Amino acid sequence: MKACLLQKVLIAPETAITLSATEWDLLIRQARHAFLLARLSYLIDKVGITEQLSEAVQRHLRSGKVLSNKQKTAVKWETECIKKALVTTNIKPVFLKGGAYVYQDLPPMHGRIFSDVDIMVRKKDLELAERALILNGWIRKALTKYDQTYYREWMHELPPLISRKRQTVLDLHHTILPPTARITVNTEKLFENARECDGAYILAPIDMVLHSATHLFCDGELEHGMRDLVDLDALFRHFGQQETGFWRNLIERAGEVGLTLPLFYAVHFSKRLLETPIPDDVVNKLPVMSPLKKKGMDFLLSRALLPDHVSCEDRFTDLARWVLYVRSHYLRMPFYLLVPHLIRKAWKRRFDSEKDTAQ
Amino acid sequence: MLISDLSLDEIFQRLKRSELRFQAGIYTICVYSPYKVVAEGLKNLYQDYHLVDLDTFCDFYLAVKSPGLVRRWFRPQVVFSHDGFSPFKPLPADHAFALFEWAFNWCVGNHAHNFLLLHAAVVEKNGKALVLPAPPGSGKSTLSASLVAHGWRLLSDELTIIDPDTLLAVPFPRPVSLKNYSIDVISVRFPDMYIGRKSYDTTKGTVAHMRAPTDSVFRGSERVPIRWIVFPKYEAGSETKFETKEKGQTLIETIENSFNYDLLGRVGFDVLTQVIQDANCYRFQYSNIDEALQLFDSIAEGEQ
Repeated sequence: MKACLLQKVLIAPETAITLSATEWDLLIRQARHAFLLARLSYLIDKVGITEQLSEAVQRHLRSGKVLSNKQKTAVKWETECIKKALVTTNIKPVFLKGGAYVYQDLPPMHGRIFSDVDIMVRKKDLELAERALILNGWIRKALTKYDQTYYREWMHELPPLISRKRQTVLDLHHTILPPTARITVNTEKLFENARECDGAYILAPIDMVLHSATHLFCDGELEHGMRDLVDLDALFRHFGQQETGFWRNLIERAGEVGLTLPLFYAVHFSKRLLETPIPDDVVNKLPVMSPLKKKGMDFLLSRALLPDHVSCEDRFTDLARWVLYVRSHYLRMPFYLLVPHLIRKAWKRRFDSEKDTAQ
Repeated sequence: MLISDLSLDEIFQRLKRSELRFQAGIYTICVYSPYKVVAEGLKNLYQDYHLVDLDTFCDFYLAVKSPGLVRRWFRPQVVFSHDGFSPFKPLPADHAFALFEWAFNWCVGNHAHNFLLLHAAVVEKNGKALVLPAPPGSGKSTLSASLVAHGWRLLSDELTIIDPDTLLAVPFPRPVSLKNYSIDVISVRFPDMYIGRKSYDTTKGTVAHMRAPTDSVFRGSERVPIRWIVFPKYEAGSETKFETKEKGQTLIETIENSFNYDLLGRVGFDVLTQVIQDANCYRFQYSNIDEALQLFDSIAEGEQ
């Protein structure tokens, strides 16, 4: 496995001052591919060395910052629009992930790049919430009948909604993992502990961490892997200091809602790849995994979580990403659903890409 | 060392090894391509650009390559990728050089949000910049190519880059893109200007590029204040008309012709209003290039 420069600078931003022109060249490229250019810019600003860097480096850092500032404003506005759209239904949405970080000014928000906004409502409110959003300017993304069924029958979220006016994407969830998944989550407990804030909810700190961990380690979308790990690292650092009894409650809660395994991965990889200051006894209190399985996951994730850039890849990287992709589907659905689904997906991908290139 | 110091074969060898790095304005680019037409295009249109060492910071890594093995031989196609990321669908292989030009613009347009970026040509005379924003089909390229061939300095024919800290226009000198009829108009009116080979049947019709004058390339780091903002409109057979444009209207239409005004938020508004406040704004209708050149010369002289 190759050492990744971005990782080193995320851990110790002040060391960036010593980097050569070619190292900066590589660092900017890795950061772009990991959706972390703006985060890098924020960290470099924070240690106060921006002005000592070359003009070329500064302009890329600033460009990243401009983009993420715009996104922050846009996400903030989006949360207001969503609240307003749901006001007549009396449904108060729970903002998840990026939306929640911005809504509550939490540290992962700084320099973050967003792709969509995620909200969660109780399953019984799902239909009403969707209808209210559609009445207020969101539209359903055009999907095939199969895809509609896939989302509505098997998934933890509805097909993405798109704001007609702003072209933003909204994912409407009713739980945080597919109901067909091997891990069963006690969603009601998440709702019970959510914190109300100005007409909407965000998950309680421990649940927010668990959700972030579940999303990264069970949902299989590793294209934002490094960015999601950076989110987790920031949450661990922040809540670890701010909330009394955070670590003890976190472990207890993970057991209660059924998410001990993703928490283990989150703690392990955040510590391993980003040197997050997590007390040793936290790791020891989490269930022991078979050494073989741990080794296997180390092999896979320590590759797949790195930026998707040629400089961070070795000959096993593609394999690792593929195995984890299959694993995420295996975790999502039982075999009798999974096999036909993957065959269909592979067929469609092949067929569609042929259509794209034919002129 | 300049690109003209390399032979075609040397350029091609460097291209194939990802070792062709050169500077255009403030940007340094590294190019990879296994296609000889790209080497030819660079040789003919980029002769005055400075090569840079392999250990310098590079802004963009641009590859113009085949999308896969099959498409290398069967109805060959090319695709552009920026450091491994391909935003567009493949094009026929004949368009490789035109694709390189679009790709380079794409790189700046998508990674230079530290600047305000307008979809506008920008040229300079006597230390003052003339910005020509206009939607496609307005005759903007013909006008800017003519002004440049006539002695105005080219900053860019496509991207007006404004530094929000100083409000100065930042040069990004590149070959001037000419489309359809304007290729013949320019080559007849300015036979001394070098125009590269044509790409037929692109999404923009027939496209060819005019080499940027040596002086414009060499002065790629000289930033200039914006003095005039002129919205051109080519209208066959029409009289030359030049009239003051209201500043409010200028602001609205300039925003419509910007790439990242919305991303810059408050800064975008402050910068653009100040630039427009400080500039003289006009709308301009023309059909006769010589009258147009005379008019712009006299405006530039009148400022002296």
